[in-house]
Amino acid sequence: MDIERELDTLQDRIRLALHIAEQHQATAEVGAYQDQGLSVSVRNGDVDKVEFTRNHGFGITVYRGQCKGSASTSDFSDAAIERAVKAALDVATHTAPDACSGLADAALMARDIADLDLYHPWAIDPQQAIQMAQACEAAGLSQPHIKNSDGAYVGTSASVRAYGNSHGLVVAYPQSRHGISCALIAAETGPKGETMERGGWSYSHRVPGQLQEGADVGRKAAERAARKLGSRAVPTGEFPVLYAPEIAGGLLGHFIGAISGGSLYRHSSFLENSLGQTLFPDWMNIFELPHLPQGPASAPVDGDGLATYGKHFVEQGILKHYVLGTYSARRLGLQSTANAGGVRNLRCSSTHSLDELLSMMGTGLLVTDVMGQGVNLVTGHYSRGAAGFWVENGTLQFPVSEVTVAANLRDMFRNLRGVGSDVDARGNVQVGSILVDSMTVAGK
Amino acid sequence: MSSHSRLQQGQLQQAQETLWVPGALDERCLVPVLESMLGQGADFADLYFEKTISESWSLEDSIVKDGSFSVGGGVGVRALCGEKTGFSYSDQADLQSIRKAAAAAASIAGGPGGQVQPIQSRHHHPLYRMTNPLDTLGPDAKVALLQQADTLARRMDPHVVDVSVSLVGSWKTVLILASDGTLAADVRPLVRFSVSVVLEKNGRKERGNGGGGGRTGYALFDSTTVTRYVEDAIKMAQVNLEAIDAPAGTMPVVLGSGWPGVLLHEAVGHGLEGDFNRKSTSNYSGRIGTSVASELCTIVDDGTLQDLRGSLTVDDEGTPTQYTTLVEKGILQGYMQDKHNARLMGHGLTGNGRRESYAHLPMPRMTNTYLLAGQDEPEDIIRSVKKGLYAVNFGGGQVDITSGKFVFAASEAYLIEDGKITAPVKGATLIGNGPEAMSKVSMLGNDLALDKGVGTCGKEGQSVPVGVGQPTLKLDELVVGGTR
Repeated sequence: MDIERELDTLQDRIRLALHIAEQHQATAEVGAYQDQGLSVSVRNGDVDKVEFTRNHGFGITVYRGQCKGSASTSDFSDAAIERAVKAALDVATHTAPDACSGLADAALMARDIADLDLYHPWAIDPQQAIQMAQACEAAGLSQPHIKNSDGAYVGTSASVRAYGNSHGLVVAYPQSRHGISCALIAAETGPKGETMERGGWSYSHRVPGQLQEGADVGRKAAERAARKLGSRAVPTGEFPVLYAPEIAGGLLGHFIGAISGGSLYRHSSFLENSLGQTLFPDWMNIFELPHLPQGPASAPVDGDGLATYGKHFVEQGILKHYVLGTYSARRLGLQSTANAGGVRNLRCSSTHSLDELLSMMGTGLLVTDVMGQGVNLVTGHYSRGAAGFWVENGTLQFPVSEVTVAANLRDMFRNLRGVGSDVDARGNVQVGSILVDSMTVAGK
Repeated sequence: MSSHSRLQQGQLQQAQETLWVPGALDERCLVPVLESMLGQGADFADLYFEKTISESWSLEDSIVKDGSFSVGGGVGVRALCGEKTGFSYSDQADLQSIRKAAAAAASIAGGPGGQVQPIQSRHHHPLYRMTNPLDTLGPDAKVALLQQADTLARRMDPHVVDVSVSLVGSWKTVLILASDGTLAADVRPLVRFSVSVVLEKNGRKERGNGGGGGRTGYALFDSTTVTRYVEDAIKMAQVNLEAIDAPAGTMPVVLGSGWPGVLLHEAVGHGLEGDFNRKSTSNYSGRIGTSVASELCTIVDDGTLQDLRGSLTVDDEGTPTQYTTLVEKGILQGYMQDKHNARLMGHGLTGNGRRESYAHLPMPRMTNTYLLAGQDEPEDIIRSVKKGLYAVNFGGGQVDITSGKFVFAASEAYLIEDGKITAPVKGATLIGNGPEAMSKVSMLGNDLALDKGVGTCGKEGQSVPVGVGQPTLKLDELVVGGTR
């Protein structure tokens, strides 16, 4: 991809759309992207799929006074852009005025666009990618109990993101992302016939050279499949639950969902009106690092054109900020936190090593997989399918499956006992293991 | 039959006008593209042309404050060679872009290749009208429809603190040209109406949802229907406001008719998709002819139902959809297939080759999947339970097709005590293993119903609209994950 040309194209298309909107006495904001990539997968050593991806899109929101309309198109021609702007304007003749709608204040627009070192293209051809995927899978297939493969994958993508609005702001920047993953199947024959378990692992990074070694990904996938063999349910009861780092991020994700402007102004959050309240133990800080160089979720501007900045949402256990974009901030009578589009590189305090957390737990459930959608942010009710390991005296005993873990998120947050130093930095939420004081584990 | 033939001719003609004419494309210039891929050593190749027009309107705070309109489309080019797939796509449907995509897709090939079969368009019963649903109602009437739902909801219960309503419509035109001689088109309308309410009473808040849709115009959403959606949403929230904590442990579970069939979709349906079975990664792999459910259970996938959300006249590979018996009286009969997996497994096509868009590869997917009715009166089923759970609505579920383990979160459920439905419960999650759970089906109602047209199924990052259904049924035991 000729990155300079793509940057120019997107900015040019955005300016065209803003110009057309202006001719119709409307203000507007426009987002556009272009990405290109390659992904390959192999299965049991043979090529499964080779995909060449190339996507682009263009979305515009116009404001006629306080009336809003949106449109999008995948066609970048002048005529298509004009049709999209007119379609959005047409929608805005039918929507009702909303006092909170409209662009963010001009004074809040990002001025200096931080270079976050997000663009590291990877000149890899399909044959090289296939060999990497094969090596990854082969390392996993040779591990004990592994009987089949669901495939190994290597992929790369480079993209340009752009945003502009009628305040004269037009921002465009390139970024890249590369990934490797593997899913394997372990099998064993027990009293009830053959049982199979699937396990997978993936890694992604902005920089190709920073990807985890393929063989390590394959072996980790194998270990995660094999360790589930022979799993069983445990009797129903109240126990402490330790969330492994790869799923602990989900708990903080539920927290962020509940303090996000959209759920708050819709009265759909159990954390409505909780600003300034103590929601976590006093050792807990929860913060975001949107400018983390090469960070998986780093971005210089938010979805409304505001410069992003680092902040604590929770400090010493107390809720300091909601997660707000321009619209939801206006609805709540607050200032935007430059979080239109969400949080970026969320982290929290860590208090203990994994071993310390296990011994603090004593007897309980280590959860390594959660399933299902049993999280109700209106009430804080949490009940999900879980699998993992039974722990006694801080030591793993046997694999567990077909159980649910249930509690109320408010209680879970307030009674957190610790966060591990074993941080999983692959995704947007970067945390270690989280020890929850007590949950209902339902099994037999 | 003659009128149907004309209609299908009309579809193909309309699709060609929409998808081929702007780029000056026709069979004469596209067949050589397929030939070039087979010449590079592919044993099958296809071109999938698509254009989708969609809109959405949404209401909050009693006003329609946002609407959006979008146009998208392009062409997906696929080459198969044994188990290998090469795929490339372009949002420019002109010959130069298609040739470039074809060369990339065929780069995986290396087999002996083959000949493109003579192209033949066959006539298939259209299962819905080809009219653009977006044009079936004026913009002011769409706005009024949303406002009607808002007014109804606020009138129905004084404890309503929030109402969100949305109306979504799309019109997708697809055209498939393949080296096996397929030339097929489909013009697919799809509409959906959703209502979500939040009720607050005595310091407690609960949400309720309602809605429906299908492959029709917006006329589906008349006053009676919209009223029913709003009633469903209000009732769910009201019930949950009174709900007590769900019990935890193993107990008999009665599932209501209609949407609870999502359990079947997850626990059985996904495991019967051809790709997982070809790769032997499903816990149903190699089990054709064996018992996978109690003998009461006959499960079908049926893409041929008129106007339903999960229905398709032809699938995304141009194969007509059909009524496929997956499980008959508890015995596994067969899998759902797309062309690639059917060929590799030596099975017949079932019309289940589906893709989210031109930018995604087709794979075996469900259409409308349901369990056939039994003999029992629903009241007798409830009466047979001494202590258990009655679940009538679900938020969604998930399955691990390898181990067969599934999880569902009930959004509306009740206790059954001494054969009677008593207190509503909240936060009940059901968990189990597909074949094990299905072997525990001990009573089956005579009240088969399909869902109201709201289901979206996700697989490998691709979403497609589906239907689910079942009669009231009883599972002798299942793990319920509550807190009590």
